[in-house]
Amino acid sequence: MIDALHQFELAPVFGLLGRSVNFSQSAAFMLLAVGLITFLMLRGMAPRAIIPGRLQALAETSYEFVHDLVTGQVGDEGKQFFPFVFSLFMFVLLGNLLGLIPWAFTFTSHIAVTFGLAAIVFVLITVVGLVIHGTHFFSYFFPEGAPKLLAPLIIPIEIISYLSRPVSLSVRLFANMVAGHVMLIVFASFVVMIGSIGAVGILGAALPLAVNVALYGFELLVAFLQAYVFAILTSIYLHDAVHLH
Amino acid sequence: MNERDGFEQRLRDARARQGLDQPSGGGKRGLPPGPWGIGFRAGLEVVSALAVGVVVGLLLDRWLGTKPWLFLLFFVLGAAAGILNVYRLFDPRRGQPK
Repeated sequence: MIDALHQFELAPVFGLLGRSVNFSQSAAFMLLAVGLITFLMLRGMAPRAIIPGRLQALAETSYEFVHDLVTGQVGDEGKQFFPFVFSLFMFVLLGNLLGLIPWAFTFTSHIAVTFGLAAIVFVLITVVGLVIHGTHFFSYFFPEGAPKLLAPLIIPIEIISYLSRPVSLSVRLFANMVAGHVMLIVFASFVVMIGSIGAVGILGAALPLAVNVALYGFELLVAFLQAYVFAILTSIYLHDAVHLH
Repeated sequence: MNERDGFEQRLRDARARQGLDQPSGGGKRGLPPGPWGIGFRAGLEVVSALAVGVVVGLLLDRWLGTKPWLFLLFFVLGAAAGILNVYRLFDPRRGQPK
C-alpha cells in the first residue's frame, strides 16, 4: 500500500519546546525560506561589486526578473508594489524548491498556506483599488457601455468572478505542488516494490526510477513556473486595481 | 541599404525561422506554456468561480432561510462567472497599457 499523503502531515519539531507551541515543520521551513532569502539579499549584495560574484549575480538576477515583471504588468506605478511581489515570489519559490530536497517539507502544498498568501493579495488589491479610486472602484463590477437593464445580472457575476480570484490563485499552487509530490512518491514506491522481488525486479525497477528522474526535473520547472505564475497574477490583479480594466 | 541593415534583416529572419522570438502578447497574461497548462488553468478558473457561487448561495440561503432558491440562482451565476473568467483569460484586449 502506497501512503502518498503521509508526507503532507504536520508534526511538531524542536522537541518539547516545539510541541508545547505546536511549532510544525511547515513553520520551520517557512522560517528557513525567509532566512535564506534574507541571507541571499544581504550577503549577496554586501560586496556591491561592479562585476558581480555568483551570489551577487543571483541576487541581482532575481531582483531584475521580478522588477521587470512588475513594471511590465502594472506600469510605472507598479514600482511601489515591487517589494510586496518580490517577497511573495521569493517565498513561494523557496517553498517550492526547498520541498524538492529529500525529507524536506513543502509548505506550499498546504491550502491553508497558499490561501493565506492569496488572501493577502486579495485584501491588498481591494484596498489599493479603494484607496486610488475611492467609490469609483465599484464601477469595476459594471463595465461601462453595458445596458443598464442587465445590471442585476452582470454585477453579481462580476462580484463572483472577483471573489474567485483568491480561490483559483491558491488552488493552482496547492494542487500543482500536491500532484507533483504525490507522483514522485508513487513512482518512488514502485521502485522499492518492484526492486524487492529479486534480480528481475532490480532490472524492472529501473523504469520507474527513470520516470522519477524525469519527474524530478519536471518538478523543478513547476517550482519556478508556479512561483512565476503566482507573481504575475498578483501583478495582473494589481494592474486591474490601479487602472480599473 | 547598407551591409548592416541586411544583416539585421537576415538575423530577424533566422530567429523567426528557429522560433526564437516568442510572439509578444501570448504568455504575458500569466498563461502557462503548453496546452496542458492552459487547459488546467481554464478548468480551474471555471471550477473556482463555480465554487464561490455555490458557497455564496448556500450562505445566503442559510442566512435568509430561502433554501434552496438562492443556491440554485448562484450556481448559475457562478457558472456564468466561470465562463467570464475563461473569456478574460483569452481576451487579448485586456492588460494593454493605456
